[in-house]
Amino acid sequence: MSAPDWLLTEAPASRRQASLGRWYRNWLVFRRNPLAMIGLAIVALLIVTAVLAPVLPLQSPTAQALSQRLAPPGAQHWLGTDELGRDILARIIFGARITLGIVLMVVAIVVPLGLLIGTISGYIGGALDVVLMRITDIFLAFPRLILALAFVAAIKPGLESAIIAIALTSWPPYARIARAETLTVRNADYVKVAKLQGASWLRIIWHYIVPLCSTSVVVRMTLDMAGIILTAAGLGFLGLGAQPPTPEWGAMISTGRDFLLDQWWVATIPGIAIFAVSLGFNLLGDGLRDVLDPKRT
Amino acid sequence: MANDVTTAARAAAPGQIFGAEFAYELIRFLGTLALTLLGLTFVTFVIGRVVPIDPVLAVVGDRAMPETYERVRQELGIDLPIYQQFWLYLTKIAEGDFGTSAMTSQPVLHDLFQYFPATLELATAATLIGVLLGIPLGVVAATHQGRLIDHVTRIVGLIGYSIPVFWTGLVGLLVFYAWLGWVAGPGRLDIGYDGLVEPVTGLITIDSLLSVDWDVFKNAIAHLLLPASLLGYLTLAYVSRMTRSFMLTELNQEYILTARAKGMPERRVIWRHALGNIIVPLITVVALSYASLLEGAVLTETVFAWPGLGQYITRSLFNADMNAVLGGTLLIGTIFVCLNVLCDMLYRLLDPRVRP
Amino acid sequence: MKRLLMGVCLATLLSTPVLAETPANTLVIAKAIDDMVTMDPAEIYELSNSEVAVNVYDRLMGLEIGDMKTLVPKAAESWSVSEDGKTFTFKLKPNLKFHSGNPLTADDVAFSLQRVILLNLTPAYLLQGLGWTPENVKEMAKAVDPATVQLTINEKYAPTYILNLMSTVTSSIVDKKEALAHEKNGDLGHDWLKTNSAGSGAYRMRSWKANDSVVLEANPDFRLGAPKLQRVIVRHVPEGATQRLLVEKGDIDIARNLTPDQIKGIAGNTDLVVETFPKATVYYLGLNQKNDKLKNPKVQEALRWLIDYQGMADSFLKGQMLVHQAFWPAGFYASLENNPYKLDTAKAKALLAEAGYPNGFDIQLDTGNTQPFTGIAQSIQSTFAEAGVKVTINSAEVKQALTKYRARQHEMIYMYWGPDYLDPNANADSFANNPDNSDSSASKPLAWRNAWDIPEIMAETKAALKESDAEKRKQQYLDLQTKLQTTGPFLNMFQESEQTVMRKNVKGFFSGPNSDLVFYYQTTK
Repeated sequence: MSAPDWLLTEAPASRRQASLGRWYRNWLVFRRNPLAMIGLAIVALLIVTAVLAPVLPLQSPTAQALSQRLAPPGAQHWLGTDELGRDILARIIFGARITLGIVLMVVAIVVPLGLLIGTISGYIGGALDVVLMRITDIFLAFPRLILALAFVAAIKPGLESAIIAIALTSWPPYARIARAETLTVRNADYVKVAKLQGASWLRIIWHYIVPLCSTSVVVRMTLDMAGIILTAAGLGFLGLGAQPPTPEWGAMISTGRDFLLDQWWVATIPGIAIFAVSLGFNLLGDGLRDVLDPKRT
Repeated sequence: MANDVTTAARAAAPGQIFGAEFAYELIRFLGTLALTLLGLTFVTFVIGRVVPIDPVLAVVGDRAMPETYERVRQELGIDLPIYQQFWLYLTKIAEGDFGTSAMTSQPVLHDLFQYFPATLELATAATLIGVLLGIPLGVVAATHQGRLIDHVTRIVGLIGYSIPVFWTGLVGLLVFYAWLGWVAGPGRLDIGYDGLVEPVTGLITIDSLLSVDWDVFKNAIAHLLLPASLLGYLTLAYVSRMTRSFMLTELNQEYILTARAKGMPERRVIWRHALGNIIVPLITVVALSYASLLEGAVLTETVFAWPGLGQYITRSLFNADMNAVLGGTLLIGTIFVCLNVLCDMLYRLLDPRVRP
Repeated sequence: MKRLLMGVCLATLLSTPVLAETPANTLVIAKAIDDMVTMDPAEIYELSNSEVAVNVYDRLMGLEIGDMKTLVPKAAESWSVSEDGKTFTFKLKPNLKFHSGNPLTADDVAFSLQRVILLNLTPAYLLQGLGWTPENVKEMAKAVDPATVQLTINEKYAPTYILNLMSTVTSSIVDKKEALAHEKNGDLGHDWLKTNSAGSGAYRMRSWKANDSVVLEANPDFRLGAPKLQRVIVRHVPEGATQRLLVEKGDIDIARNLTPDQIKGIAGNTDLVVETFPKATVYYLGLNQKNDKLKNPKVQEALRWLIDYQGMADSFLKGQMLVHQAFWPAGFYASLENNPYKLDTAKAKALLAEAGYPNGFDIQLDTGNTQPFTGIAQSIQSTFAEAGVKVTINSAEVKQALTKYRARQHEMIYMYWGPDYLDPNANADSFANNPDNSDSSASKPLAWRNAWDIPEIMAETKAALKESDAEKRKQQYLDLQTKLQTTGPFLNMFQESEQTVMRKNVKGFFSGPNSDLVFYYQTTK
C-alpha cells in the first residue's frame, strides 16, 4: 500500500491516520490552486531567507561606507546602497527577519488572547459576555492606526512597542470569531455530555470548543498577517517602529522618500518587498480558506 | 488598512436579538453609543497622560522660567489625580467645550470643523470610486464564476489587501505628478487657487460648484484624483470581493432558479433581483469601509500633505496636545459607532430574514 | 452615474490647468511651518513664527540687511545709557505708524515690554533676566514722553546685552490701542494677538491657518519704504522632495527645506538658483555627567576623536552643516573658529584603554526621529563602534527627547541650540552656566541638563557678561570656548547653513543667521 493510498483510504485504522488523511486531502485540493501555491512559495522564501540571513554571503546590513552612498543597483551592490552607503540587498534580507518576527510575535499574542476572551464570553454568557463584548466593541470602534500610534508614543518608539500596539488593536476580531463559533456549539450534544460527565468549564473550552474554532482562526490569521505587515511598516514609516540602524522595511521607505526623484531604488525596493510578502500571505490565506472554510468563500 | 475594513465588517455581523419596538432600539443605540464613547475617551485619556512628553513643555517650550512653567502646569490641572482630571474633562465636554489646541491656538471644535471636511472629501471620493467600480466587478465575477474575469477580480482584490498605501502614494506622485504631469501635486489646491471660493461646506469640490468656479473645481479634482484613486482601490478590492460572495449565495437561491425557469431575461435576474436582494448587506459593507477610510487615511494624508483629521490627530499626539487628540478620536469614534449601529438597525428593519 | 464620473475624471485629466507660475506680485515660499503655534510676540519662540514676526513687527534695535554684526536702531532713532549703566533711554524715530494707522509712540513700546512680563509666557525669561517682575515692570519700562522710552535694570551689564535683548522677537512693538481693543478678561489682547497681528513692520498678517499657510500683505507706510512685492504666502510643505517638485514646476518661488541630496538633484536646472545663508544654530553631542563612564575626562576626550566630522559634512550633510567645534557659532563677535578634532580611532582607543575601557562600553543615544538627526546618530553609532563603544539609538519626536533631556534621564543626546540673540552670552548662559546642580533646580540650562557642576566656569561666564570693554570681553569668551571645547560634556560638532532654492527671477530674498532675521521686503521677481 503506497503512502497516498494509506492516506486516502476510506477506512482509516486509527485516529492519526484519519487526521493525516484529512490533511492530505486538503493539501491535494490546495495544490491545485496555482495562486495559493505562489503564495506558499513567497512565504516559504521569506522564512528561508529570514532564517539563513546570517549565513548568506551578504554584506553587513549596518556597515556604513559614506563614500559609496546612494550607489545605483549594479554588480557590487545588486540593489544599490542607501544614504549611508549600506547595501540595500543585505538590509532587505535582514529586514525579512524583522518582518517575520513582528508577524509571529503579534500572532502569538493575539490569537490566544482573542480565543480566550471569545470562548469564555460565548460559553459562560450572561453579564460576563456583555462586559467582554462591550470592551471588544470599544477597541473595535477605536481608530486603529491612531490607537497603535498613541500606544507606541505612550511607551516608547521601538519594535517591542510596535508589536504590543499592533496586538492591542488586532485581537477583537478573533474574540468575535471565537465567540460566534462558541455560540454555535455550546449547546451541542457532545458538549452537554462532557458537562454531565463533570468536566470543568475550562476543560470544556479547551478540549471541545477551542479545537472547533481553530479552522476559522487559522484562516483569519493568515489573512491578517498581511495587515500586520502593513501596519508595522506604516508605524516604521512614521518613525515609531524599529529604531535605526535596524533595517525595517517601512523605515527604509521613510528615509528613501527624500531620494525618490533621483535615487528611486532606495524607497522603491523595500516597498516592493512589503508588497510581495503581504501578497504572499494573502494568496496563501485565500487558498487556505478555500480548502478549510469553503462556506466563506 | 484593507485589513481594517474586514475587521469592521465582521464586527457588524448581525445576529443579536431583534427588539420589536423602535423606541427600545433607540434607547439601546444611545446607550451603546454613550458607553462606547466613554470607554474610548477613557482609554485615550489615559494614553495621553502617560505619553512621555511633558505637556507643559509642549506649551511653554524648552527655555521658559520656572514661574512660567509652574503657572501653566496649574492651568493644565496636571497636579490633580487622573480620575479628577478625567471628570473635569467630561464635564467640560458636556458643555460642548473640547478645550483649546496647544498647537493651533484654536478651540479644538474649530479645528475639527476645519480639518474634517478634507478627510470627508477624500473618503467620499474614494468610496464613490470603489463602489462604482467594485460592485459591477463583483457581480460580473459572480456570474462568471471560475472564469478569467473571476480570477482577475480575485487577484485585483488580493493586491488591494497587500499594498502599502504610503508607498504607492509616493510612487504615484513620482509617476503621475512628477514625470507625466497628469495630476496635481500634494495638497488640496494649487497655491494660486487658494482662498478663491467661500468655504460653505469645507468640501472644496462642492464649494467651487456652489460658487460656479470651474477653474477651482478642476484644480480640486486634479488634486483629489490620485489619493482618492489609491484609497478607492482599497475600497474596490473589498467591495468587489464581498459583492461576489453575496451574489454567489443569492444566485443559488430557489427564487432565482424559478425566475430563470419562467424565462425572465438573465440581465434582469442578475441586476434587478439578485443584486436588489443583497443591497442591505452591501450597504453595511460600504458604510463600514467608508468609516474605516475616515479613520484610516493617516498615512495617505501624510504622503499627500492632505490637511485632514488623521494628520491633525497624529501631529497633535506627537506634540502632547491632548485636547486635540481626544477631540479628534472622539469624532472618529462617534462616526464609527453610529455607522455601525445604524447599519445593524437597518439590517434588522429592512431584511426580514434576520428576524428570528 | 459611473460613466458620468469617468467622464468628469477624464475631462479633468485632459484639461488640468497647470499654473505655470505664481502671480506676479506675490512671493510664494514653501517651508515646514508646523512649529508655528502663536503669533503673539509675547509668546513667540518657535522658528517659523519668529520669521513671520520680524516681517510684521518692528523693534527698537536690530540688525538690517547688509550687516549681520552691528546692531542698529530700528524703530529707535538713538539710545543712551546712564553713568551707572542701569538706565537706558531710547528716542523713537518720528512719524512711525502701525498698520492700523495709529501712531507708534513710547507708550506702545513700554506696553509691549510690560506685557511680556505681565503675561509671563514662554519667552518672558529673556526680559526677566533684567530683574523685571510683574510688580516693578511698569516702573522699569516706561514712557517718559511720546517719543522717549526709559528702561531700568537691576544690575550693571555690558550694554550690548540690553541692546541685544531689545532686538529679539520678544521685544516687538505691539499696537497698544489695537491690542487693548481686543482685550478679554484682562489678557492684554493675548487671545486675539495669537492669531492676528498689530504691528508696524513691512507686512501686515492677513491670515494664518495652522499647518497650512500664512498670508502677508504689504504695508505701504513701512519705515524703510513700501515692500517690493504686494503679497507673501508662506505655504506649509513639510517634505523636501515635494518642495523640490513644486519649485521645479514653478508652483512656488522659493523652497526652504531641501536636503543636500535634493540640492544636488537640481544642479542642472537652469531655472533655479541655490543660495547659501550661514546660520547661528549649533549641533552638539551632550554627555550626561551622572553617568560614571561619561564623566571620565579620558572618555570624553576619546569620544571627541571618534566622530567623523568631515566625512559627514562632505557627504549627506554637504553644504548644510559645517564642522564647528565651539559652542558659539562662527562668523560673529568672539567666534572661535579652530576645529582641532577629527576622526582618529587609534588615538581614541588608546584613551579609552587609559580610562580603563579597552573594550569600550554600551551606551544610549537619544535624538530626534527626522533627518539630519537620524543620519548623524547612525554615523556616530558606526564610528563609536570602531573603538568598541556600542551605541543604542533612541530616536523620538524632538519634544519627547527634550522631555527626557530636561529630566536628565538620557545618557548621550544629540541636539541643537539656536541663540536667542547674536551675542555670545546667549549661548554661554546655557552651555557654561549651572547655578544649581541639584535635581530640583529651578533653572535648567544645558550644563544642568548634563549634570555638569561648574562653579569656576560659571564665574567666568558671569564676568564676561558684565565686562563693558569689548576687546577684553571677546577674549573672555574665546577662553571660555576653548575650555569647553577640550573639557566637559559638550562635543560641539556642526553649525547649520541654509540652502535656499529659488526660481531664477527671484532676487533680494534674505535669510540671516537667526530665524528672526529673515527679511522679505527687498525681494523682487
